[in-house]
Amino acid sequence: MSGDNKFLGLFYLSPFIIGLLVFTALPFLASLYLSFTNYNLMNEPVFTGLQNYIRLFTNDRTFRKSLWVTLVYVFTTVPLKLVFALFMAVILNYKLKFINVFRTAYYVPSILGGSIAIAVLWRYIFADVGLVNMGLQLIGFEPVNWFGDPTNALFTITLLRLWQFGSAMVIFLAALQSIDKTLYEAASIDGAGKWTSFVYITLPLITPVIFFNLIMQMVQAFQEFNGPYIITQGGPLKSTYLLPIYIYDEAFKRFDMGYASAIAWVLFLIIMALTLIAFWSSRHWVYYAGDKRS
Amino acid sequence: MTDHILSQNSAAARDVDVVRSRETRRHRFNAVLRYALLTVVGLLMLYPLIWLIGASFKTNSEIFSNPGFWPEHPTLDGYIRGWKTSTPYSFGTFFINTLWIVIPKVIGTAISCTAVAYGFARFDFPFKKVLFSALIATLLLPNVVTRIPQYLIFRDLGWLDSYLPLWVPSALAGDAFFVFMLVQFLRAIPRDMEEAARVDGANTIQTLVFIVVPLLMPALISVCLFQFMWTMNDFLGPLIYISSVEKYPISLALKLSIDTTEAFEWNRVLAMSVLSLAPALAVFFLAQKYFIDGISSGGIKG
Repeated sequence: MSGDNKFLGLFYLSPFIIGLLVFTALPFLASLYLSFTNYNLMNEPVFTGLQNYIRLFTNDRTFRKSLWVTLVYVFTTVPLKLVFALFMAVILNYKLKFINVFRTAYYVPSILGGSIAIAVLWRYIFADVGLVNMGLQLIGFEPVNWFGDPTNALFTITLLRLWQFGSAMVIFLAALQSIDKTLYEAASIDGAGKWTSFVYITLPLITPVIFFNLIMQMVQAFQEFNGPYIITQGGPLKSTYLLPIYIYDEAFKRFDMGYASAIAWVLFLIIMALTLIAFWSSRHWVYYAGDKRS
Repeated sequence: MTDHILSQNSAAARDVDVVRSRETRRHRFNAVLRYALLTVVGLLMLYPLIWLIGASFKTNSEIFSNPGFWPEHPTLDGYIRGWKTSTPYSFGTFFINTLWIVIPKVIGTAISCTAVAYGFARFDFPFKKVLFSALIATLLLPNVVTRIPQYLIFRDLGWLDSYLPLWVPSALAGDAFFVFMLVQFLRAIPRDMEEAARVDGANTIQTLVFIVVPLLMPALISVCLFQFMWTMNDFLGPLIYISSVEKYPISLALKLSIDTTEAFEWNRVLAMSVLSLAPALAVFFLAQKYFIDGISSGGIKG
Protein backbone atom coordinates (compact mmCIF):
# COMPACT_ATOMS: atom_id res chain seq x y z
CA MET A 1 0.00 0.00 0.00
CA SER A 2 1.08 3.59 -0.53
CA GLY A 3 2.66 4.27 2.85
CA ASP A 4 4.78 1.14 2.74
CA ASN A 5 8.50 1.13 2.56
CA LYS A 6 9.40 0.68 -1.08
CA PHE A 7 11.73 -2.17 -0.19
CA LEU A 8 8.96 -4.20 1.48
CA GLY A 9 8.29 -6.08 -1.76
CA LEU A 10 11.95 -7.04 -1.96
CA PHE A 11 11.66 -8.50 1.53
CA TYR A 12 9.00 -10.92 0.28
CA LEU A 13 11.09 -11.66 -2.78
CA SER A 14 14.24 -12.36 -0.79
CA PRO A 15 14.01 -16.20 -1.03
CA PHE A 16 13.62 -15.92 -4.77
CA ILE A 17 16.47 -13.44 -5.15
CA ILE A 18 18.87 -15.61 -3.13
CA GLY A 19 17.80 -18.73 -5.03
CA LEU A 20 18.07 -16.93 -8.34
CA LEU A 21 21.61 -15.76 -7.65
CA VAL A 22 22.99 -18.88 -5.99
CA PHE A 23 21.20 -21.72 -7.77
CA THR A 24 20.40 -20.28 -11.18
CA ALA A 25 22.48 -17.28 -12.23
CA LEU A 26 25.77 -18.44 -10.75
CA PRO A 27 25.49 -22.03 -12.09
CA PHE A 28 24.41 -20.71 -15.47
CA LEU A 29 27.54 -18.60 -15.83
CA ALA A 30 29.72 -21.24 -14.18
CA SER A 31 28.64 -23.88 -16.67
CA LEU A 32 29.50 -21.56 -19.55
CA TYR A 33 32.95 -21.06 -18.03
CA LEU A 34 33.39 -24.78 -17.31
CA SER A 35 32.57 -25.58 -20.92
CA PHE A 36 35.84 -23.85 -21.86
CA THR A 37 37.87 -25.83 -19.35
CA ASN A 38 39.20 -29.26 -18.63
CA TYR A 39 37.92 -30.23 -15.20
CA ASN A 40 37.84 -33.72 -13.70
CA LEU A 41 36.93 -32.80 -10.08
CA MET A 42 40.44 -33.71 -8.84
CA ASN A 43 42.42 -30.72 -10.06
CA GLU A 44 41.39 -27.12 -10.53
CA PRO A 45 39.64 -26.36 -13.85
CA VAL A 46 42.18 -25.62 -16.60
CA PHE A 47 41.12 -23.12 -19.25
CA THR A 48 41.39 -24.72 -22.68
CA GLY A 49 39.50 -22.27 -24.88
CA LEU A 50 37.32 -23.78 -27.56
CA GLN A 51 38.94 -27.20 -27.32
CA ASN A 52 35.86 -28.97 -25.92
CA TYR A 53 33.66 -27.57 -28.66
CA ILE A 54 36.18 -28.42 -31.36
CA ARG A 55 36.36 -31.97 -30.08
CA LEU A 56 32.55 -32.17 -29.99
CA PHE A 57 32.06 -31.16 -33.58
CA THR A 58 35.10 -32.69 -35.23
CA ASN A 59 36.15 -35.69 -33.23
CA ASP A 60 33.20 -37.16 -31.37
CA ARG A 61 31.02 -39.66 -33.18
CA THR A 62 29.02 -40.39 -30.02
CA PHE A 63 28.03 -36.73 -29.84
CA ARG A 64 26.93 -36.64 -33.46
CA LYS A 65 24.93 -39.82 -33.02
CA SER A 66 23.41 -38.56 -29.77
CA LEU A 67 22.51 -35.17 -31.25
CA TRP A 68 20.84 -36.84 -34.23
CA VAL A 69 18.88 -39.25 -32.02
CA THR A 70 17.76 -36.36 -29.81
CA LEU A 71 16.51 -34.33 -32.78
CA VAL A 72 14.69 -37.34 -34.24
CA TYR A 73 13.12 -38.02 -30.87
CA VAL A 74 11.96 -34.44 -30.30
CA PHE A 75 10.68 -33.92 -33.83
CA THR A 76 8.62 -37.11 -33.77
CA THR A 77 7.39 -37.05 -30.17
CA VAL A 78 6.27 -33.43 -29.89
CA PRO A 79 4.15 -33.19 -33.07
CA LEU A 80 2.60 -36.63 -32.54
CA LYS A 81 1.74 -35.79 -28.96
CA LEU A 82 0.23 -32.41 -29.81
CA VAL A 83 -1.85 -33.74 -32.70
CA PHE A 84 -3.12 -36.68 -30.66
CA ALA A 85 -3.88 -34.48 -27.63
CA LEU A 86 -5.77 -32.00 -29.79
CA PHE A 87 -7.67 -34.77 -31.57
CA MET A 88 -8.80 -36.31 -28.29
CA ALA A 89 -9.71 -32.89 -26.88
CA VAL A 90 -11.93 -32.21 -29.91
CA ILE A 91 -13.67 -35.58 -29.45
CA LEU A 92 -14.16 -34.85 -25.75
CA ASN A 93 -15.42 -31.33 -26.36
CA TYR A 94 -19.01 -32.36 -26.85
CA LYS A 95 -22.02 -32.59 -24.61
CA LEU A 96 -21.18 -36.07 -23.42
CA LYS A 97 -22.17 -37.80 -20.26
CA PHE A 98 -19.23 -39.13 -18.27
CA ILE A 99 -16.91 -36.56 -19.86
CA ASN A 100 -15.21 -36.20 -16.48
CA VAL A 101 -14.63 -39.94 -16.26
CA PHE A 102 -12.89 -39.97 -19.64
CA ARG A 103 -10.92 -36.84 -18.87
CA THR A 104 -9.70 -38.38 -15.63
CA ALA A 105 -8.85 -41.70 -17.27
CA TYR A 106 -6.77 -39.95 -19.92
CA TYR A 107 -5.06 -37.81 -17.36
CA VAL A 108 -3.88 -40.63 -15.09
CA PRO A 109 -0.89 -41.54 -17.32
CA SER A 110 0.31 -37.92 -17.24
CA ILE A 111 0.41 -38.02 -13.46
CA LEU A 112 2.29 -41.31 -13.24
CA GLY A 113 4.22 -41.34 -16.51
CA GLY A 114 7.34 -39.61 -15.27
CA SER A 115 7.91 -42.18 -12.55
CA ILE A 116 10.48 -44.93 -12.59
CA ALA A 117 7.75 -47.51 -11.95
CA ILE A 118 6.16 -46.71 -15.30
CA ALA A 119 9.50 -46.86 -17.10
CA VAL A 120 9.98 -50.28 -15.50
CA LEU A 121 6.50 -51.29 -16.66
CA TRP A 122 7.44 -50.20 -20.18
CA ARG A 123 10.39 -52.57 -20.16
CA TYR A 124 8.05 -55.42 -19.36
CA ILE A 125 5.26 -54.66 -21.77
CA PHE A 126 7.62 -54.09 -24.73
CA ALA A 127 9.83 -57.10 -23.95
CA ASP A 128 10.12 -59.83 -26.62
CA VAL A 129 7.44 -61.88 -24.87
CA GLY A 130 5.81 -58.88 -23.20
CA LEU A 131 2.24 -57.66 -23.18
CA VAL A 132 2.43 -55.72 -26.46
CA ASN A 133 3.77 -58.66 -28.45
CA MET A 134 1.29 -61.03 -26.81
CA GLY A 135 -1.47 -58.63 -27.87
CA LEU A 136 -0.11 -58.34 -31.42
CA GLN A 137 -0.06 -62.12 -31.75
CA LEU A 138 -3.61 -62.38 -30.41
CA ILE A 139 -4.88 -60.21 -33.27
CA GLY A 140 -2.74 -62.02 -35.81
CA PHE A 141 0.35 -59.86 -36.18
CA GLU A 142 3.99 -60.82 -36.01
CA PRO A 143 5.71 -59.91 -32.73
CA VAL A 144 8.00 -56.89 -33.03
CA ASN A 145 11.57 -56.77 -31.79
CA TRP A 146 11.11 -53.54 -29.80
CA PHE A 147 14.40 -53.21 -27.97
CA GLY A 148 16.69 -55.09 -30.35
CA ASP A 149 16.00 -52.92 -33.37
CA PRO A 150 17.45 -49.38 -33.22
CA THR A 151 14.45 -47.76 -34.95
CA ASN A 152 11.88 -49.43 -32.72
CA ALA A 153 13.75 -48.80 -29.48
CA LEU A 154 13.50 -45.03 -29.80
CA PHE A 155 9.87 -45.37 -30.74
CA THR A 156 9.02 -47.17 -27.48
CA ILE A 157 10.15 -44.03 -25.67
CA THR A 158 8.09 -41.86 -27.99
CA LEU A 159 5.13 -44.12 -27.20
CA LEU A 160 5.72 -43.71 -23.47
CA ARG A 161 5.53 -39.93 -23.79
CA LEU A 162 2.59 -40.11 -26.22
CA TRP A 163 0.81 -42.14 -23.58
CA GLN A 164 1.09 -39.05 -21.40
CA PHE A 165 -0.90 -36.82 -23.77
CA GLY A 166 -3.38 -36.03 -20.96
CA SER A 167 -1.98 -32.77 -19.65
CA ALA A 168 -1.68 -31.25 -23.12
CA MET A 169 -5.21 -32.50 -23.82
CA VAL A 170 -6.67 -30.86 -20.70
CA ILE A 171 -5.13 -27.54 -21.72
CA PHE A 172 -6.56 -27.89 -25.23
CA LEU A 173 -9.94 -28.87 -23.83
CA ALA A 174 -10.10 -25.80 -21.58
CA ALA A 175 -9.33 -23.62 -24.61
CA LEU A 176 -11.94 -25.37 -26.77
CA GLN A 177 -14.59 -24.94 -24.10
CA SER A 178 -13.95 -21.22 -23.89
CA ILE A 179 -14.73 -20.64 -27.59
CA ASP A 180 -17.94 -18.68 -28.14
CA LYS A 181 -20.53 -21.15 -29.51
CA THR A 182 -22.34 -18.48 -31.52
CA LEU A 183 -19.38 -18.37 -33.89
CA TYR A 184 -20.14 -21.93 -34.98
CA GLU A 185 -23.85 -21.18 -35.35
CA ALA A 186 -23.08 -18.19 -37.54
CA ALA A 187 -20.70 -20.28 -39.62
CA SER A 188 -23.19 -23.10 -40.09
CA ILE A 189 -25.88 -20.63 -41.21
CA ASP A 190 -23.38 -19.45 -43.82
CA GLY A 191 -23.10 -23.06 -44.93
CA ALA A 192 -19.76 -23.99 -43.38
CA GLY A 193 -19.25 -27.68 -42.67
CA LYS A 194 -17.68 -29.08 -39.54
CA TRP A 195 -14.22 -29.37 -41.02
CA THR A 196 -14.35 -25.81 -42.39
CA SER A 197 -15.45 -24.52 -38.98
CA PHE A 198 -12.64 -26.42 -37.33
CA VAL A 199 -9.98 -25.05 -39.67
CA TYR A 200 -11.23 -21.46 -39.82
CA ILE A 201 -12.69 -20.95 -36.34
CA THR A 202 -11.37 -23.50 -33.87
CA LEU A 203 -7.72 -23.67 -34.91
CA PRO A 204 -7.10 -19.92 -35.10
CA LEU A 205 -8.75 -19.34 -31.73
CA ILE A 206 -6.66 -21.95 -29.94
CA THR A 207 -3.31 -21.00 -31.47
CA PRO A 208 -2.17 -19.43 -28.16
CA VAL A 209 -2.48 -22.78 -26.36
CA ILE A 210 -0.99 -24.65 -29.30
CA PHE A 211 1.97 -22.33 -28.99
CA PHE A 212 2.16 -22.78 -25.22
CA ASN A 213 1.98 -26.58 -25.47
CA LEU A 214 4.53 -26.60 -28.27
CA ILE A 215 7.12 -24.70 -26.24
CA MET A 216 6.55 -26.64 -23.02
CA GLN A 217 6.57 -30.05 -24.69
CA MET A 218 9.63 -29.22 -26.75
CA VAL A 219 11.71 -27.99 -23.81
CA GLN A 220 10.67 -31.09 -21.90
CA ALA A 221 11.37 -33.53 -24.75
CA PHE A 222 14.89 -32.18 -25.21
CA GLN A 223 15.57 -33.03 -21.57
CA GLU A 224 14.19 -36.57 -21.63
CA PHE A 225 16.24 -38.72 -19.28
CA ASN A 226 14.24 -41.25 -17.23
CA GLY A 227 12.68 -43.07 -20.18
CA PRO A 228 15.80 -44.03 -22.11
CA TYR A 229 17.92 -44.38 -18.97
CA ILE A 230 15.64 -47.03 -17.46
CA ILE A 231 13.99 -48.60 -20.49
CA THR A 232 16.85 -48.99 -22.97
CA GLN A 233 19.97 -47.65 -21.22
CA GLY A 234 20.67 -45.69 -24.38
CA GLY A 235 20.94 -48.79 -26.56
CA PRO A 236 20.90 -50.68 -28.82
CA LEU A 237 23.81 -49.19 -30.79
CA LYS A 238 23.25 -45.87 -28.99
CA SER A 239 19.92 -45.52 -30.80
CA THR A 240 18.28 -44.08 -27.67
CA TYR A 241 21.35 -42.34 -26.31
CA LEU A 242 19.75 -38.92 -25.92
CA LEU A 243 21.95 -35.91 -25.11
CA PRO A 244 20.87 -35.64 -21.44
CA ILE A 245 22.13 -39.20 -20.89
CA TYR A 246 25.39 -38.43 -22.64
CA ILE A 247 25.79 -35.35 -20.42
CA TYR A 248 25.03 -37.41 -17.32
CA ASP A 249 27.56 -40.07 -18.27
CA GLU A 250 30.31 -37.55 -19.04
CA ALA A 251 29.67 -35.58 -15.85
CA PHE A 252 28.81 -38.19 -13.24
CA LYS A 253 30.39 -41.38 -14.53
CA ARG A 254 33.54 -40.13 -16.28
CA PHE A 255 33.71 -36.93 -14.18
CA ASP A 256 34.64 -34.89 -17.23
CA MET A 257 32.78 -31.81 -16.02
CA GLY A 258 34.21 -29.44 -18.64
CA TYR A 259 33.26 -31.61 -21.58
CA ALA A 260 29.82 -32.37 -20.11
CA SER A 261 29.22 -28.63 -19.67
CA ALA A 262 30.09 -28.04 -23.32
CA ILE A 263 27.51 -30.65 -24.40
CA ALA A 264 24.97 -29.09 -22.04
CA TRP A 265 25.60 -25.70 -23.61
CA VAL A 266 25.14 -27.02 -27.13
CA LEU A 267 21.86 -28.59 -26.03
CA PHE A 268 20.85 -25.35 -24.30
CA LEU A 269 21.63 -23.27 -27.40
CA ILE A 270 19.60 -25.62 -29.59
CA ILE A 271 16.60 -25.38 -27.24
CA MET A 272 16.96 -21.63 -27.05
CA ALA A 273 17.28 -21.21 -30.82
CA LEU A 274 14.15 -23.27 -31.42
CA THR A 275 12.26 -21.41 -28.68
CA LEU A 276 13.26 -18.08 -30.22
CA ILE A 277 12.21 -19.29 -33.68
CA ALA A 278 8.86 -20.33 -32.21
CA PHE A 279 8.42 -16.94 -30.51
CA TRP A 280 9.51 -15.06 -33.59
CA SER A 281 7.24 -17.04 -35.90
CA SER A 282 4.33 -16.84 -33.45
CA ARG A 283 3.45 -13.34 -34.63
CA HIS A 284 2.53 -14.88 -37.98
CA TRP A 285 0.37 -17.70 -36.72
CA VAL A 286 -0.69 -17.10 -33.13
CA TYR A 287 -3.93 -15.16 -32.78
CA TYR A 288 -4.57 -13.21 -29.61
CA ALA A 289 -8.15 -12.05 -29.13
CA GLY A 290 -8.44 -8.28 -29.24
CA ASP A 291 -5.09 -8.00 -30.99
CA LYS A 292 -5.07 -5.74 -34.05
CA ARG A 293 -2.32 -7.60 -35.84
CA SER A 294 -4.41 -10.58 -36.92
CA MET B 1 -60.19 -25.37 -47.64
CA THR B 2 -59.46 -26.06 -44.04
CA ASP B 3 -58.82 -29.66 -44.99
CA HIS B 4 -56.39 -28.57 -47.62
CA ILE B 5 -54.49 -26.37 -45.23
CA LEU B 6 -54.48 -29.06 -42.61
CA SER B 7 -53.13 -31.66 -45.01
CA GLN B 8 -50.53 -29.19 -46.25
CA ASN B 9 -49.59 -28.43 -42.69
CA SER B 10 -49.33 -32.05 -41.75
CA ALA B 11 -47.23 -32.74 -44.85
CA ALA B 12 -44.87 -29.96 -43.86
CA ALA B 13 -44.89 -31.23 -40.31
CA ARG B 14 -44.06 -34.68 -41.59
CA ASP B 15 -41.16 -33.26 -43.57
CA VAL B 16 -39.91 -31.47 -40.49
CA ASP B 17 -40.30 -34.67 -38.53
CA VAL B 18 -38.36 -36.62 -41.12
CA VAL B 19 -35.55 -34.08 -41.12
CA ARG B 20 -35.58 -33.94 -37.36
CA SER B 21 -35.48 -37.69 -36.88
CA ARG B 22 -32.73 -37.92 -39.49
CA GLU B 23 -30.85 -35.32 -37.55
CA THR B 24 -31.34 -37.03 -34.19
CA ARG B 25 -30.32 -40.30 -35.79
CA ARG B 26 -27.17 -38.66 -37.10
CA HIS B 27 -26.58 -37.12 -33.69
CA ARG B 28 -27.05 -40.44 -32.01
CA PHE B 29 -24.74 -42.14 -34.51
CA ASN B 30 -22.19 -39.41 -33.88
CA ALA B 31 -22.46 -39.83 -30.14
CA VAL B 32 -22.11 -43.61 -30.39
CA LEU B 33 -19.00 -43.16 -32.52
CA ARG B 34 -17.52 -40.75 -30.02
CA TYR B 35 -18.25 -43.00 -27.06
CA ALA B 36 -16.82 -46.01 -28.89
CA LEU B 37 -13.62 -44.16 -29.75
CA LEU B 38 -13.28 -42.69 -26.26
CA THR B 39 -13.80 -46.07 -24.63
CA VAL B 40 -11.36 -47.90 -26.90
CA VAL B 41 -8.65 -45.26 -26.39
CA GLY B 42 -9.39 -45.18 -22.66
CA LEU B 43 -9.02 -48.93 -22.32
CA LEU B 44 -5.82 -48.94 -24.38
CA MET B 45 -4.45 -46.19 -22.15
CA LEU B 46 -5.35 -47.78 -18.87
CA TYR B 47 -4.76 -51.42 -19.75
CA PRO B 48 -1.00 -51.35 -19.07
CA LEU B 49 -1.76 -50.12 -15.53
CA ILE B 50 -4.51 -52.68 -15.03
CA TRP B 51 -2.24 -55.43 -16.35
CA LEU B 52 0.53 -54.24 -14.02
CA ILE B 53 -1.70 -54.68 -10.98
CA GLY B 54 -2.77 -58.17 -12.09
CA ALA B 55 0.77 -59.17 -13.05
CA SER B 56 2.12 -58.21 -9.62
CA PHE B 57 0.09 -61.13 -8.23
CA LYS B 58 1.27 -63.58 -10.87
CA THR B 59 4.04 -66.12 -10.69
CA ASN B 60 7.22 -65.29 -12.57
CA SER B 61 6.48 -67.73 -15.37
CA GLU B 62 2.98 -66.36 -15.89
CA ILE B 63 4.05 -62.71 -16.32
CA PHE B 64 5.39 -63.32 -19.81
CA SER B 65 2.75 -65.81 -20.89
CA ASN B 66 -0.58 -64.40 -19.75
CA PRO B 67 -1.74 -61.14 -21.35
CA GLY B 68 -4.90 -61.13 -19.24
CA PHE B 69 -5.51 -59.33 -15.97
CA TRP B 70 -6.45 -62.29 -13.74
CA PRO B 71 -3.57 -64.35 -12.37
CA GLU B 72 -4.09 -68.09 -12.86
CA HIS B 73 -2.25 -68.91 -9.65
CA PRO B 74 -2.50 -65.75 -7.53
CA THR B 75 0.45 -65.30 -5.22
CA LEU B 76 1.68 -62.66 -2.81
CA ASP B 77 5.21 -63.88 -3.38
CA GLY B 78 6.18 -60.75 -5.34
CA TYR B 79 5.03 -58.47 -2.54
CA ILE B 80 6.56 -60.45 0.29
CA ARG B 81 9.95 -60.93 -1.33
CA GLY B 82 9.91 -57.53 -3.00
CA TRP B 83 9.27 -55.78 0.31
CA LYS B 84 12.38 -57.42 1.77
CA THR B 85 14.49 -56.16 -1.18
CA SER B 86 17.98 -57.37 -1.99
CA THR B 87 19.46 -54.75 0.36
CA PRO B 88 19.70 -54.83 4.19
CA TYR B 89 16.72 -52.42 4.23
CA SER B 90 13.07 -53.14 3.60
CA PHE B 91 11.03 -51.25 1.05
CA GLY B 92 9.41 -49.49 4.02
CA THR B 93 12.69 -47.67 4.64
CA PHE B 94 12.65 -46.37 1.07
CA PHE B 95 9.06 -45.22 1.50
CA ILE B 96 9.93 -43.30 4.64
CA ASN B 97 12.97 -41.80 2.90
CA THR B 98 10.74 -40.66 0.04
CA LEU B 99 8.32 -38.97 2.43
CA TRP B 100 11.27 -37.41 4.21
CA ILE B 101 12.30 -35.85 0.91
CA VAL B 102 8.81 -34.96 -0.28
CA ILE B 103 7.16 -33.40 2.77
CA PRO B 104 9.80 -30.76 3.68
CA LYS B 105 10.13 -29.95 -0.01
CA VAL B 106 6.40 -29.39 -0.43
CA ILE B 107 6.23 -27.23 2.71
CA GLY B 108 9.24 -25.16 1.64
CA THR B 109 7.76 -24.71 -1.82
CA ALA B 110 4.38 -23.61 -0.48
CA ILE B 111 5.82 -21.03 1.93
CA SER B 112 8.47 -19.53 -0.32
CA CYS B 113 6.32 -19.44 -3.46
CA THR B 114 3.44 -17.78 -1.59
CA ALA B 115 5.70 -15.08 -0.14
CA VAL B 116 7.35 -14.37 -3.50
CA ALA B 117 4.05 -14.36 -5.39
CA TYR B 118 2.63 -11.95 -2.79
CA GLY B 119 5.63 -9.69 -3.25
CA PHE B 120 5.26 -9.65 -7.04
CA ALA B 121 1.48 -9.25 -7.10
CA ARG B 122 0.98 -6.64 -4.36
CA PHE B 123 4.05 -4.39 -4.09
CA ASP B 124 6.01 -1.94 -6.14
CA PHE B 125 9.72 -1.92 -5.60
CA PRO B 126 12.97 -1.20 -7.43
CA PHE B 127 13.94 -3.69 -10.18
CA LYS B 128 10.48 -5.27 -10.16
CA LYS B 129 10.40 -5.59 -13.94
CA VAL B 130 13.89 -7.03 -14.11
CA LEU B 131 13.09 -9.57 -11.43
CA PHE B 132 9.85 -10.60 -13.05
CA SER B 133 11.64 -11.08 -16.37
CA ALA B 134 14.19 -13.20 -14.48
CA LEU B 135 11.32 -15.31 -13.16
CA ILE B 136 10.00 -15.91 -16.67
CA ALA B 137 13.53 -16.66 -17.90
CA THR B 138 14.04 -19.29 -15.18
CA LEU B 139 10.73 -20.78 -16.23
CA LEU B 140 12.09 -21.41 -19.70
CA LEU B 141 15.67 -22.21 -18.69
CA PRO B 142 16.40 -25.92 -19.17
CA ASN B 143 17.76 -27.43 -15.94
CA VAL B 144 20.32 -29.35 -17.92
CA VAL B 145 22.49 -26.25 -18.24
CA THR B 146 22.71 -25.48 -14.51
CA ARG B 147 22.94 -29.02 -13.18
CA ILE B 148 26.71 -29.53 -13.16
CA PRO B 149 27.66 -26.30 -11.35
CA GLN B 150 24.80 -26.87 -8.89
CA TYR B 151 26.36 -30.22 -8.10
CA LEU B 152 29.72 -28.51 -7.53
CA ILE B 153 28.12 -25.90 -5.26
CA PHE B 154 26.47 -28.59 -3.15
CA ARG B 155 29.73 -30.52 -3.02
CA ASP B 156 31.55 -27.44 -1.74
CA LEU B 157 28.82 -26.90 0.86
CA GLY B 158 29.32 -30.51 1.99
CA TRP B 159 25.71 -31.38 1.20
CA LEU B 160 26.29 -34.41 -1.02
CA ASP B 161 24.53 -37.59 0.08
CA SER B 162 22.02 -35.58 2.08
CA TYR B 163 18.55 -34.32 1.20
CA LEU B 164 19.59 -30.67 1.38
CA PRO B 165 20.26 -30.35 -2.39
CA LEU B 166 16.73 -31.60 -2.96
CA TRP B 167 15.11 -29.35 -0.34
CA VAL B 168 16.93 -26.03 -0.39
CA PRO B 169 16.43 -24.82 -3.98
CA SER B 170 12.67 -25.42 -3.65
CA ALA B 171 12.56 -23.64 -0.30
CA LEU B 172 14.06 -20.63 -2.11
CA ALA B 173 11.18 -20.52 -4.61
CA GLY B 174 13.30 -22.35 -7.17
CA ASP B 175 10.26 -23.71 -9.01
CA ALA B 176 9.50 -20.56 -10.94
CA PHE B 177 6.49 -22.20 -12.45
CA PHE B 178 4.62 -22.30 -9.16
CA VAL B 179 5.45 -18.67 -8.39
CA PHE B 180 4.13 -17.68 -11.78
CA MET B 181 0.93 -19.66 -11.26
CA LEU B 182 0.30 -18.05 -7.86
CA VAL B 183 1.03 -14.55 -9.19
CA GLN B 184 -1.54 -15.07 -11.94
CA PHE B 185 -4.06 -16.28 -9.38
CA LEU B 186 -3.39 -13.40 -6.98
CA ARG B 187 -3.75 -10.79 -9.70
CA ALA B 188 -7.31 -11.97 -10.27
CA ILE B 189 -8.25 -11.53 -6.59
CA PRO B 190 -9.56 -8.05 -5.66
CA ARG B 191 -7.55 -6.20 -3.03
CA ASP B 192 -10.50 -4.79 -1.02
CA MET B 193 -10.22 -7.16 1.89
CA GLU B 194 -6.46 -6.71 2.19
CA GLU B 195 -6.84 -2.92 2.14
CA ALA B 196 -9.54 -3.10 4.81
CA ALA B 197 -7.26 -5.21 6.99
CA ARG B 198 -4.42 -2.74 6.52
CA VAL B 199 -6.67 0.18 7.45
CA ASP B 200 -7.60 -1.73 10.60
CA GLY B 201 -3.93 -1.84 11.50
CA ALA B 202 -2.74 -5.24 10.27
CA ASN B 203 0.80 -5.31 8.95
CA THR B 204 1.65 -6.97 5.64
CA ILE B 205 2.65 -10.28 7.21
CA GLN B 206 -0.65 -10.51 9.08
CA THR B 207 -2.51 -9.56 5.91
CA LEU B 208 -0.67 -12.25 3.99
CA VAL B 209 -1.31 -14.97 6.56
CA PHE B 210 -4.89 -14.17 7.52
CA ILE B 211 -6.38 -12.67 4.35
CA VAL B 212 -4.34 -13.66 1.30
CA VAL B 213 -3.46 -17.26 2.12
CA PRO B 214 -7.09 -18.34 2.69
CA LEU B 215 -8.10 -16.73 -0.61
CA LEU B 216 -5.15 -18.34 -2.36
CA MET B 217 -5.92 -21.79 -0.96
CA PRO B 218 -7.25 -23.52 -4.13
CA ALA B 219 -4.17 -22.52 -6.13
CA LEU B 220 -1.88 -23.32 -3.23
CA ILE B 221 -3.33 -26.82 -2.94
CA SER B 222 -2.66 -27.36 -6.66
CA VAL B 223 0.92 -26.24 -6.16
CA CYS B 224 1.43 -28.64 -3.25
CA LEU B 225 -0.13 -31.55 -5.12
CA PHE B 226 1.98 -31.04 -8.22
CA GLN B 227 5.14 -30.66 -6.18
CA PHE B 228 4.22 -33.84 -4.32
CA MET B 229 3.78 -35.77 -7.58
CA TRP B 230 6.90 -34.43 -9.24
CA THR B 231 9.04 -35.11 -6.20
CA MET B 232 7.66 -38.63 -5.81
CA ASN B 233 8.58 -39.21 -9.46
CA ASP B 234 11.92 -37.43 -9.34
CA PHE B 235 14.75 -39.73 -10.28
CA LEU B 236 17.62 -37.64 -11.60
CA GLY B 237 17.92 -35.48 -8.47
CA PRO B 238 18.36 -38.40 -6.05
CA LEU B 239 20.48 -40.23 -8.65
CA ILE B 240 23.00 -37.39 -8.65
CA TYR B 241 22.96 -36.46 -4.97
CA ILE B 242 22.14 -39.56 -2.93
CA SER B 243 24.80 -42.25 -2.83
CA SER B 244 24.16 -44.38 0.27
CA VAL B 245 21.51 -47.03 -0.11
CA GLU B 246 20.06 -46.33 3.33
CA LYS B 247 19.01 -42.87 2.10
CA TYR B 248 17.52 -44.03 -1.21
CA PRO B 249 14.00 -42.93 -2.14
CA ILE B 250 11.74 -45.44 -3.92
CA SER B 251 12.71 -44.26 -7.41
CA LEU B 252 16.35 -45.23 -6.82
CA ALA B 253 15.34 -48.40 -4.95
CA LEU B 254 13.31 -49.53 -7.96
CA LYS B 255 16.21 -48.88 -10.29
CA LEU B 256 18.41 -50.88 -7.94
CA SER B 257 15.92 -53.74 -7.87
CA ILE B 258 15.81 -54.02 -11.67
CA ASP B 259 19.59 -54.05 -11.73
CA THR B 260 19.90 -56.81 -9.15
CA THR B 261 16.90 -59.09 -9.52
CA GLU B 262 15.30 -58.53 -12.84
CA ALA B 263 16.79 -61.43 -14.73
CA PHE B 264 14.70 -63.93 -12.80
CA GLU B 265 12.28 -62.39 -10.27
CA TRP B 266 10.03 -60.20 -12.28
CA ASN B 267 7.05 -60.23 -9.95
CA ARG B 268 9.13 -58.65 -7.18
CA VAL B 269 9.90 -55.67 -9.37
CA LEU B 270 6.32 -55.36 -10.57
CA ALA B 271 4.89 -55.63 -7.06
CA MET B 272 7.16 -52.84 -5.82
CA SER B 273 6.27 -50.75 -8.87
CA VAL B 274 2.60 -51.07 -7.90
CA LEU B 275 3.36 -50.01 -4.32
CA SER B 276 5.43 -47.07 -5.47
CA LEU B 277 2.60 -45.82 -7.69
CA ALA B 278 -0.05 -46.28 -5.01
CA PRO B 279 0.47 -43.02 -3.05
CA ALA B 280 0.46 -40.91 -6.20
CA LEU B 281 -2.67 -42.63 -7.50
CA ALA B 282 -4.45 -42.27 -4.16
CA VAL B 283 -3.64 -38.57 -3.93
CA PHE B 284 -4.70 -38.03 -7.51
CA PHE B 285 -8.10 -39.64 -7.08
CA LEU B 286 -8.75 -37.81 -3.81
CA ALA B 287 -7.86 -34.44 -5.27
CA GLN B 288 -8.26 -34.69 -9.03
CA LYS B 289 -10.28 -31.46 -9.19
CA TYR B 290 -7.19 -29.51 -8.12
CA PHE B 291 -5.01 -31.15 -10.73
CA ILE B 292 -7.39 -30.50 -13.60
CA ASP B 293 -8.07 -26.92 -12.42
CA GLY B 294 -4.36 -26.38 -11.92
CA ILE B 295 -3.38 -27.32 -15.43
CA SER B 296 -6.39 -25.71 -17.07
CA SER B 297 -5.70 -22.38 -15.43
CA GLY B 298 -1.95 -22.24 -15.24
CA GLY B 299 -0.91 -24.72 -17.85
CA ILE B 300 1.43 -27.27 -16.36
CA LYS B 301 3.86 -29.49 -18.12
CA GLY B 302 3.37 -33.18 -17.65
